[in-house]
Amino acid sequence: MEQRRLFKGKRTRTPVGDAIVRLSGVSKRYAGGTLALNDVSFEVRAGEFFSLLGPSGCGKTTLLRILAGFEEPDSGRVEIAGADARGLPPYRRPVNMVFQNYALFPHMNVFANVAFGLRMKQVPEDELRQRVAWALELVDIEQLAQRRPHELSGGQRQRVALARALVNEPEVLLLDEPLGALDYKLRKQLQVELMNLQEELGITFVYVTHDQEEALVMSDRIAVMRAGRIEQLDFPEAIYERPATAFVAQFLGTSNLIQAAYAGERLLQTPLGKLRVARPVKIGERYLISIRPEKIRLSREPIHHENTVRVRVDDIIYTGAENQYLLEAAGTELVAYTLNSDIQEPGFEEFDYDEYVYAHLPAENLVVIDEPA
Amino acid sequence: MNRPSWRRLLATVAPGAFWLVVFSLLPTLLILYASFLQRGPHGWLSGPLTLANYARFFGISSSGFDPLYLNILGRSFLLGVVTTVAVVLLGYPFAFFIARSRHKNLLLLLVVLPFWTNFLIRVYAWIVIFQRRGVINAFLSYLHLPTLHLYPSWTAVYVGTIYTYLPFLILPLYASVEKVDWTLLEAAYDLGAGRVRGFWHAVFPQTLPGLVAGVLLVFIPALGTFVISDLLGAGKAILIGNVIQQQFGGSRDWAFGSAAAFVLMALVLLGLWLYARRAGESGMGELL
Repeated sequence: MEQRRLFKGKRTRTPVGDAIVRLSGVSKRYAGGTLALNDVSFEVRAGEFFSLLGPSGCGKTTLLRILAGFEEPDSGRVEIAGADARGLPPYRRPVNMVFQNYALFPHMNVFANVAFGLRMKQVPEDELRQRVAWALELVDIEQLAQRRPHELSGGQRQRVALARALVNEPEVLLLDEPLGALDYKLRKQLQVELMNLQEELGITFVYVTHDQEEALVMSDRIAVMRAGRIEQLDFPEAIYERPATAFVAQFLGTSNLIQAAYAGERLLQTPLGKLRVARPVKIGERYLISIRPEKIRLSREPIHHENTVRVRVDDIIYTGAENQYLLEAAGTELVAYTLNSDIQEPGFEEFDYDEYVYAHLPAENLVVIDEPA
Repeated sequence: MNRPSWRRLLATVAPGAFWLVVFSLLPTLLILYASFLQRGPHGWLSGPLTLANYARFFGISSSGFDPLYLNILGRSFLLGVVTTVAVVLLGYPFAFFIARSRHKNLLLLLVVLPFWTNFLIRVYAWIVIFQRRGVINAFLSYLHLPTLHLYPSWTAVYVGTIYTYLPFLILPLYASVEKVDWTLLEAAYDLGAGRVRGFWHAVFPQTLPGLVAGVLLVFIPALGTFVISDLLGAGKAILIGNVIQQQFGGSRDWAFGSAAAFVLMALVLLGLWLYARRAGESGMGELL
């Protein structure tokens, strides 16, 4: 948790416990020869909201299916709740899954869907009724118990899928893009509900998504995946503010990437001139600098003399809350966002096409990535 | 309802209604009517109206109870049920085999292929296989084993019927199996179901529409079959279908043939109605 305070610490969350899922050296190759997972190792802590984030085909769903027991890894070790999961069929694992398209049983009503897991475990009818009622209430759909899935809206089906999994009180809940099929507003609302639910129940969530915003909003920690590997695993703020690779910088939000080479102990030579950075760099090494568009300060008159570049406004995109400026300097393009606050003070002004302005790139916002382009 | 939409309704409903009335309802009513008439002097139908045909079918006469036709009806039901069960046992796994195979189209072609040959020829082919010096017995005597009496026999009739109707189950069933959502099986596993319960709760219900359609397509025609029993039974295996055929053919007793046909139809309809009532609304949908 300490590392987290380095950044924003906007949310306070209950501290998380010991590792409940542990993967070491997990690899999986599909029949076609594609390497879906390449030596993946990480831990998920009990009570954590853990997200696997990445573009389609990055291996995140394969990883989730390995945890669920639908696939076996070719090599490596998977531990769930302290037990080796090798060869353990899905029905013997203390996990439950919320499927991407919900996979509700169409021929059963909502009650029977939710009761299914308990029926399979031969839970006595009295207890079963109580627990199903509890689960339906948890996701606020008690009144839909007698409906069939085809009579429900997308959001309601989502709730049934959630109740059907949660009623089994799994150690780990696996969620495969559960909000992917819903419209924007409903998705936003359910994000908040899911977070609250997770916190209330204290169940570990492993959440697969390709939506970077969703991952940032909901997760305690995020593993960003690409081509079967984990690119970066950290708190959301750390991932956003301190991307470890160019891929992470560009996959989450927008990032300006600038080629750079050693020019001094904390100084890098770039096409935009020499830029001071916050960490020491090595002689002879090449780097990439990443800076988020909203960290660039634009002004008509230079406010600082260090890390300030004279740029031309190439294009302006009005998005309501902010103005996005496409800037050009020495053949390099930069994107900068300014709040549309109508304040006409240095650092807040609005600019016109082809105007020359000063862009300040604060040293503390320049992320130095050890990655040759 | 205003006039244009009334006219449109008539335009959409009329062709279907016309078709049903002319080709289904009227012939059925004619048979029903004929079943209450009698055999005339030259084999034509004549009056007056009588219940004699039904009495004869159910074996009720002044000389006592004779279950001749009821026995034949029972035999036909037995053939229908055994055929349906056998065809389901053979066809259900096979439909899954096709759906999950990489050579779907080839396998489907093989299922349909027999239809390219005339039905009678295919039944005759079974005679070649079953007869005294046929394929099976030739093979048995080659192995110095005693030969079997397979043709004509009830065994041959059963095998022939099962063979003939197998594709009628496989094709509609395959259409259902092909659409099965396998993530439901994963969901069932995930919720604690093993292989058997997972299949039963998550996959089997999805195949039910195809299974019901296939069973109806097999059971109803198998119940009324007469060509297969005639050929493979060499005229000695008498089913209800043979009885009806004889009345309209050699015996020229259309009235009694109509009564037999109507009893058979009424029994089938009664069965469907009982099923639909048990399965409720969704079952009715599956039937149609």
